[in-house]
Amino acid sequence: MGMTARQAGSPSTDDAPPEFQERFDETIARDQRIEPRDWMPEGYRKTLIRQVAQHAHSEIIGMQPEGEWITRAPSLRRKAILFAKVQDEAGHGLYLYSAAETLGADRADLTERLIEGRQKYSSIFNYPTLSFADVGVIGWFVDGAAICNQVPLCRSSYGPYARAMVRICKEESFHQRQGYELLMTMMRGTDAQREMVQDAVNRWWWPSLMMFGPPDDDSPNSAQSMAWKIKRHSNDELRRRFVDMTVPQAEKLGVTLPDPELRWNEERGRHDFGTPDWAELKRVITGDGPCNTDRVARRRAAHEEGAWVREAAAAHAAKQAARTDKGAAV
Amino acid sequence: MTPTVNTAAALALGDDALVLSHRLGEWAGHAPVLEEEVALANIALDLLGQARVLLSMAGDEDELAYLREERAFRNLQLVEQPNGDFAHTIARQLYFSTYQRLLYAQLASGDGDFAPLAAKAVKEVAYHQDHAEQWTLRLGDGTDVSHERMRQASEALWRFTGEMFQPIEGVDIDWDGMRAAWLDSVGSILRRATLPLPEGPQSGAWTAGAGRQGLHTEPFGRMLAEMQHLHRSHPGASW
Repeated sequence: MGMTARQAGSPSTDDAPPEFQERFDETIARDQRIEPRDWMPEGYRKTLIRQVAQHAHSEIIGMQPEGEWITRAPSLRRKAILFAKVQDEAGHGLYLYSAAETLGADRADLTERLIEGRQKYSSIFNYPTLSFADVGVIGWFVDGAAICNQVPLCRSSYGPYARAMVRICKEESFHQRQGYELLMTMMRGTDAQREMVQDAVNRWWWPSLMMFGPPDDDSPNSAQSMAWKIKRHSNDELRRRFVDMTVPQAEKLGVTLPDPELRWNEERGRHDFGTPDWAELKRVITGDGPCNTDRVARRRAAHEEGAWVREAAAAHAAKQAARTDKGAAV
Repeated sequence: MTPTVNTAAALALGDDALVLSHRLGEWAGHAPVLEEEVALANIALDLLGQARVLLSMAGDEDELAYLREERAFRNLQLVEQPNGDFAHTIARQLYFSTYQRLLYAQLASGDGDFAPLAAKAVKEVAYHQDHAEQWTLRLGDGTDVSHERMRQASEALWRFTGEMFQPIEGVDIDWDGMRAAWLDSVGSILRRATLPLPEGPQSGAWTAGAGRQGLHTEPFGRMLAEMQHLHRSHPGASW
């Protein structure tokens, strides 16, 4: 449907008067919010558009691995929960595209970038869902990791993004609890169900740790994003928080995490853990993961097959507008 | 199970909602625009909620959904029809939501076993019908391509609509009045959408009442195979 690029605040050229930059720096230093009409450095705008768009794309692509199981959910209650979750994800995508549009981006253009593979989405959604336990593990790990990432973003320096995060985090933590509760139910069930859970945990653990991105010494944009308070914590710090949060939950559930190096470090008061396979992460984010091709192809197909519907809606709206004008003129 | 509840009627109405909800679930991740991902999932969730209440009136919801064979399902053949393109989905929604709206409005105003459910559901189905109506107008009165697709879809599903007016035992409403009201409502929406009212028979000898008797079309068996597979693979497991 006709989306037009929005005028986004005052022009943000980097040859703006120095007091613009000073006011921006002060706002950031005081932990106040940058709003759409405020001046901002071009780099800040571009970094945010990239981050918010990738976040939106992740919500949309993220509908696929779980959507796979809507038609096979083994009870009506689980089916309803899954429907509601996938619906929430579409809603989160919509909030985030709106936040990106306040920066002057255009949703239709961002969609093009996604389906042409020019913009990324979270690496995690390139892994396949092979059993119903995966649905629970995605809730527990993937939404758990998302919460570790996103709760600090509720204090992100860009107002529209921070506000979108507040709404999204509430829903994500609900999904996380539901995922964990599914696993709890399965662990109390049959041997086959317990095996399904452990197998899903084994397959999703390392990809979940990789959701936080490359290690700090190999994350070129992080320092600037933290200085701008777009990001609040480093990749490695968030990863450690996730591990510390998840280990006791795994114990309570009665599953093992597939990492022989994982143990409590009394001295540091945190867990030590093994190193994710960074070469695998690199392959996945450059398009060579197990499902990259299928995920993007599916998104592209939905977009292309829906073109006639969007054209119809636009044509109908134009006809209606013309009729209203004619009516008004008479 | 309350002895006053008419089990067969609860199954007929519950199966309609269950099966259509399932079909709408197949759209997840495939909708033409994100807003429709939200809308179709929303409608599917409403229908699933209705199905759960109705099936629970007849027995255990999961046993009924997952362990009955095709011949024991009592849904209309209309709701089991594959999604097709977006126009087919919208035509199916238009026909069925108009039916449900009229049905539940009558049930809500009575004092039978279905009145409490109907009172809640009638608000939901009013939204569903509005959604279907708006899209019928956009597609019918949109581009030449969308007009043609919507015309084909409304004609293709027409033959399944007669079954909706076969009285269900235990559902005490004015069925003849409902048929007239349905034709009136659907006819007026199609007219405003610049679409012809489909001609052909609404209920051939074969389709008349068939779904309600457990006689279904071929795509339904495959749908159930997918829906029931996991549940049946783990007998007695709880989820």
